[in-house]
Amino acid sequence: MRGWPLIKLLPQKTNFRFVKYAPAAGVISIILCVASIVGCFYPGLNMGIDFRGGASMEVSKPAGQVLELDKVRGAVSELGLGDVQVQGIDSAASAIVRFQIPEDEGQSAVVARVEKAIDEAVGEVKYSGVSVVGSKVSGELFTSGLLALGAAIVLMFIYIWFRFEPQFGFGAVAGLVHDMILTFGLIVLFRFEFSLNTVAAILTVIGYSMNDTVVVFDRLRENLRKYKTMPLREVIDLSLNETLSRTIITGVTAVGVLAVLALYGGEALFGFSIVLMIGIVIGTYSSIYVGAPIILLWGVKRGGSIDEDAKPIKLGMASRP
Amino acid sequence: MIQLARWKVTLVVLSLVVGLLLAFPSMLSQAQRDALPGWLPKNGLNLGLDLQGGSYLLLEVDVPEMRNKRVTNLMEDVRVALREQQVNIGALQREASGVVVTIADPGQFDTALTELRKLAQTGIAANGQPDRTVSRLSGNRIRFAYTDAAVNGMGATAVDQSIEVVRRRLDSSGTKEIAITRQGADRIVVQAPGQSDPAELERLVGRTAQLTFQMVDTSSTGLQDAMAGRVPPDAELLTDDQGTPFLVKKRILVSGENLTRAGVGSDQNGRPAIDFRFDGQGARRFGEATAQNIGKPFAIILDGKVISAPTIQGAITGGTGQITGSFSIQSASELVNLLNGGALPAPLKVEERRVVTAELGADAVQAGMVSTIIGFILICVFMIGAYGFLFGGVSVLGLMLNGILIIAAMSLFGATLTLPGIAGLVLTFAVAVDANVLIFERMRDEARAGRSVIASMDAGFNKAMGTIVDANLTTLVAALIMFMFGAGPVRGFAWTLTIGVFTSMFSSVMVAQVLLGYWLKVAKPKKLPIAE
Repeated sequence: MRGWPLIKLLPQKTNFRFVKYAPAAGVISIILCVASIVGCFYPGLNMGIDFRGGASMEVSKPAGQVLELDKVRGAVSELGLGDVQVQGIDSAASAIVRFQIPEDEGQSAVVARVEKAIDEAVGEVKYSGVSVVGSKVSGELFTSGLLALGAAIVLMFIYIWFRFEPQFGFGAVAGLVHDMILTFGLIVLFRFEFSLNTVAAILTVIGYSMNDTVVVFDRLRENLRKYKTMPLREVIDLSLNETLSRTIITGVTAVGVLAVLALYGGEALFGFSIVLMIGIVIGTYSSIYVGAPIILLWGVKRGGSIDEDAKPIKLGMASRP
Repeated sequence: MIQLARWKVTLVVLSLVVGLLLAFPSMLSQAQRDALPGWLPKNGLNLGLDLQGGSYLLLEVDVPEMRNKRVTNLMEDVRVALREQQVNIGALQREASGVVVTIADPGQFDTALTELRKLAQTGIAANGQPDRTVSRLSGNRIRFAYTDAAVNGMGATAVDQSIEVVRRRLDSSGTKEIAITRQGADRIVVQAPGQSDPAELERLVGRTAQLTFQMVDTSSTGLQDAMAGRVPPDAELLTDDQGTPFLVKKRILVSGENLTRAGVGSDQNGRPAIDFRFDGQGARRFGEATAQNIGKPFAIILDGKVISAPTIQGAITGGTGQITGSFSIQSASELVNLLNGGALPAPLKVEERRVVTAELGADAVQAGMVSTIIGFILICVFMIGAYGFLFGGVSVLGLMLNGILIIAAMSLFGATLTLPGIAGLVLTFAVAVDANVLIFERMRDEARAGRSVIASMDAGFNKAMGTIVDANLTTLVAALIMFMFGAGPVRGFAWTLTIGVFTSMFSSVMVAQVLLGYWLKVAKPKKLPIAE
């Protein structure tokens, strides 16, 4: 059986000129990043109650019956609880209702009022999964969420700085910031809820993206020592090509598994898995097109011998030492 | 490296056995677990509230409100103490932690000062020092205030006391396994798993249960004036359940703190009532107050509502009494429970509340299990497809050991599995095979460079190891941050990620080394099956 194991089908040696397309990729990345940042403010993130405060509850009718979303929406809207969202889930029988809690009223009183209004509008329903977050706590959660993302980037930078060299650190951090911004952009684009779980997903994306970057950088460092006279851009291309089959296999595995989670993990894990999936695709792209080219722009010390420093190279120009 | 070292084989076999022993109880029901012989580990996976259902409450102790009340009380103490000595109060000015009294007649200044110094000696703070100080100010003024230490201590003491009170209240209502923990400076987290009624839970912690006995203001026009908006400075306007107004003196004669025991009894008409007994101090104070005020009404007040306002028939010196009011048996026994649990030193505000029904939790477990199994199968098919039965199979076996070890480690450390945690688990599987992919790819590279089977396998393990460690450490950093900043479910995710990093590094690398080493020894292959 030739061609099996399937790994034999992947070419042993690829020779993609990744670096050649780096300028174009860079322009695209910058445009997408700017669009994402703008998107975070206008239309803005769809904040979940974790960060915005308010209440969310799951309302369901017995299986087989239909929950009339319009009636639920109408009933809750009449209570004057600010921004009311009613979103159907899975079957026609259940929905998630979100509303705000007025400052001067007790949480339980408001929840009781909403339950009563829904009961009156659509008859007997069941309430499962009620969450209420006070405005004070939600503000703190938001701050700590953002702090967590910032801390992650700083720690990764320090880690790479120590394990590799400063240039590698900058490359890695540029990749991370890029991944994070684009993930945010896609969260805005798909109107996913931005919640504590989303922050966990983004942190995981950061971890994965670093993982990917480290594999590439590791090979790059090794090749820089091995081929001391090869131009930097060629070493980068070589390293990217050498790690390509691993990048593909691992990436496909991770995305495949996350697709399973999105399909079978239920409502609660859907957004979470999709954000992870998107993030991993972006992270893989950035290890190739953000991290490595930045090292190219910056230049790097070669093979421990100080006299053989590679000079920074202008992109788009073939230069030979 | 690839040589079959005996210690590696031992380690893998040992970890498999120990892992199975520790992971095994998680597959059993609680009853089966209880029936296990004593020497076997019994801890199953600790499911988060989002998986087993339950309520999570984040409560904030209203410390400013409590300080406020303390200062109000202190003000009344000063007023009463000075009046008893016939000292004329010119002005009583409230400050953040006490009051400033202006003595109208300079001749009475020394009397007032002595009296207030005496008063300051009656209260003792936690550190054994008096908690109130007296200081002379210019212009016939005296400041009487809580010491800084007392003010600062109030918050911490209040949270500690509140935790105690909440625990007594919730445990006496029969709910089990409730975790009550402190969070930050002034918050309390209550986690009650299972199908406890969240509304009842909130009712139990939401009431301060501050019981006080205060005199009713009986001046002829007092009530009318107060209702017209002119409430005297030493009194407050309260209502009972029916909305009947009462003008009540602010000074507290005796409070719930002096109760030793409350119980459900019945009044002379056979309706439910609450019997109570005071401690020594309470009995003395109550006795004095009742002796001085025969014929006048006093009010029994719970959380700012008047329960009843009986007229004092005679001095009550025995230290026991009865509260009558419109109680049902249920409300009476609920109140008794609250009174016996003690009053909260300050109101608790619910800042965050998350309730997941057991049914929803079970659905989540179901969905999580299905997706974990499908995800696992997908990875197995993919790895065997990509690398063949030998190399792919080796990583599948490593993955299985990994799964067992993760469950074992989580049971051992009592880590909590949450829904995002399940996602973390599935993702860990994907990243675990990454270690194998790195090793195998490296082997292919080396074989392609013309090395022998043994040499390329050896180099594969050696060279890939640094990358694997580096790559896994980054995941660890991300997990660490989730621990520091995240709450509940996110921490559960961090737990699985962290444990997964260690177990997957061990099982992907060790299992592959042992199995492939064995294969080398037995099959003595001429070429690497995954390389051309």
